Amino acid sequence: MINVPATIRISLRALRVNKMRSGLTMLGIIIGVGAVISMLAVGTGARQRISEQISSIGSNLIMVLPGSTTSGGVRMGAGTQQTLSVGDADAIQKECSAVSFVAPVYGGIAQVVFGSQNWSTGVTGTTANMLHVRDWALTAGRPFTDEEVRSAAKVCLLGQTVADNLFGAINPVGQVIRIKKVPFTVIGLLESKGQSPNGQDQDDTIYVPVSTAQKQLFGTQFPGMIRTIMVKARSADELSAAERQINGLLRQRHHLGQKQEDDFTVRNLTQMMQAAAESTKVMTLLLGAIASVSLLVGGIGIMNIMLVSVTERTREIGIRMAIGAKTWDIRLQFIVEALTLSLIGGLTGIIFGITGSEILSAIAGWPTSVSPLAILLAFGFSGLVGIFFGFYPAYKASLLDPIEALRYE
Amino acid sequence: MPLLEARHITKTYTLGDIAVNALNDVSLAIEKGEFIAVMGPSGSGKSTFMNILGCLDRPTSGQYLMEDIDVARMNRDELASVRNKKIGFVFQGFNLLSRTSAVENVELPMLYDGLSSKERRQRASAALAKVGLSGREDHHPNQLSGGQQQRVAIARALVNKAPIILADEPTGNLDSKTSIEIMELMVELNSAEGITVILVTHEKDIAEFSKRQIFFRDGVVVSDGATVKA
Repeated sequence: MINVPATIRISLRALRVNKMRSGLTMLGIIIGVGAVISMLAVGTGARQRISEQISSIGSNLIMVLPGSTTSGGVRMGAGTQQTLSVGDADAIQKECSAVSFVAPVYGGIAQVVFGSQNWSTGVTGTTANMLHVRDWALTAGRPFTDEEVRSAAKVCLLGQTVADNLFGAINPVGQVIRIKKVPFTVIGLLESKGQSPNGQDQDDTIYVPVSTAQKQLFGTQFPGMIRTIMVKARSADELSAAERQINGLLRQRHHLGQKQEDDFTVRNLTQMMQAAAESTKVMTLLLGAIASVSLLVGGIGIMNIMLVSVTERTREIGIRMAIGAKTWDIRLQFIVEALTLSLIGGLTGIIFGITGSEILSAIAGWPTSVSPLAILLAFGFSGLVGIFFGFYPAYKASLLDPIEALRYE
Repeated sequence: MPLLEARHITKTYTLGDIAVNALNDVSLAIEKGEFIAVMGPSGSGKSTFMNILGCLDRPTSGQYLMEDIDVARMNRDELASVRNKKIGFVFQGFNLLSRTSAVENVELPMLYDGLSSKERRQRASAALAKVGLSGREDHHPNQLSGGQQQRVAIARALVNKAPIILADEPTGNLDSKTSIEIMELMVELNSAEGITVILVTHEKDIAEFSKRQIFFRDGVVVSDGATVKA
């Protein structure tokens, strides 16, 4: 019968005797586990930031852009041709079953003034649906009404950055600002969304009714034309169906023949973001794999020290065998010793890993996130390393000949 | 039924091409309660014989019966179990675990017998008291004299209530006064507790504490008889 608590006590004592050596051996595991945890934290952090950004631009998002113009054989960029209309947006809303919300976008850069403060920002003409498309809530006030959109009312919603720059501590709702010298009443304040995936400040914006933007701010030679249509699909599963439906509908509305190219582009933003998320996943795995190598090296360190320890303690093993220790008593003693080294190293490594990732995010400004799974994984792995690399020395010890071992000087 | 019985035991070591018979057809019986001195020059086979008696080694051929059970064919773990329950070892070099207190050294055999820590402590303290070391439970071997260390070793041999004590030159590292004290302790254990004591020595005056002397030479028993007191 094997006496586990006593075996653990024996092992702990053996480790205490050689504090320096035990400490250095553990250091290998500490560094290994610490590296695994902080590297996974960097990876997970990056992934979380990306998925936060994805949800900040709105989920299941499709963007419809006008096509490019060709001028004397030179093709201009996407959006240089004005082919999308408010009518297109309305039609998509009405006819595409996989679509939940549609919002037209027509806007530009404008100087805005309130009192003695002024600020240059993007002014977007749209409809109240935009808030649904972007999953964007208001912190104060109300969205546009359909009536305001129809009548081109001079009302606006402010992004947080714009509100901060123009109003400071004053409550902006109900105040009147001037956009391109046209007075607008602030009816609502948009919730802060932070950075977009490509690093833009999403809060540096003003929403006005699309009709107002066309008529009062950014006049167009083709009335009713818009820059972009933002579309929200009903669900992630219906994204590609929505894309197909929009494509078909717009080709029909734009009277495009079989052989004509699209005069618009449908872009699935969510898919693009997911691809980015996928690549950070690969990066996380890569970082974790590299860090695991150091954990492996730590394990080899344990094996090395355990082999030395078995040789040094040959006589002790002989005494224990003479007194009645069986094969597994001896094995367990050394395995527990290796396991203790690796688990204490693992626990310390977890603390180091967490502090390390805190320091990384504090100094380098990287987003890090230590997941409980990573901790569990690293700790479990360090335990396995202990058992795996402790087994051979323990096996070797258990096979010693008691007579030889007793005679060992 | 003798306590221990060796029947035609031969132990052969192969050194390169040459086979050496360390023991050559040794047969003898040991009764319960005997006090035996095993003697002989080095290379006579007495150590090999003691290793086989102590179940640390197995004979190449022949039978070794302990209470009528042949232990010569047992495997490692079975032998370990026999050593644990039946045999107490006392060595020339004491063979205590350093950095381990006296009482924990004495507890060691019970650790491998699966006794509770409370019972272990109790029995170890009692065994230390029996060898005259009460109050030294927490001393470490390096804080004890040679004689005291050997007493700890004897307490360790006693603690599992083993019927046999095998002592390999137990006084080899001790001065003559301490040697006599240790031997008197052995005699007392033999007469008072009925423990069978088998000791290896090459000192005549130590052998005279025994009741029976067995001489080995070149792997065979050359004489076996009652101790003649000088």
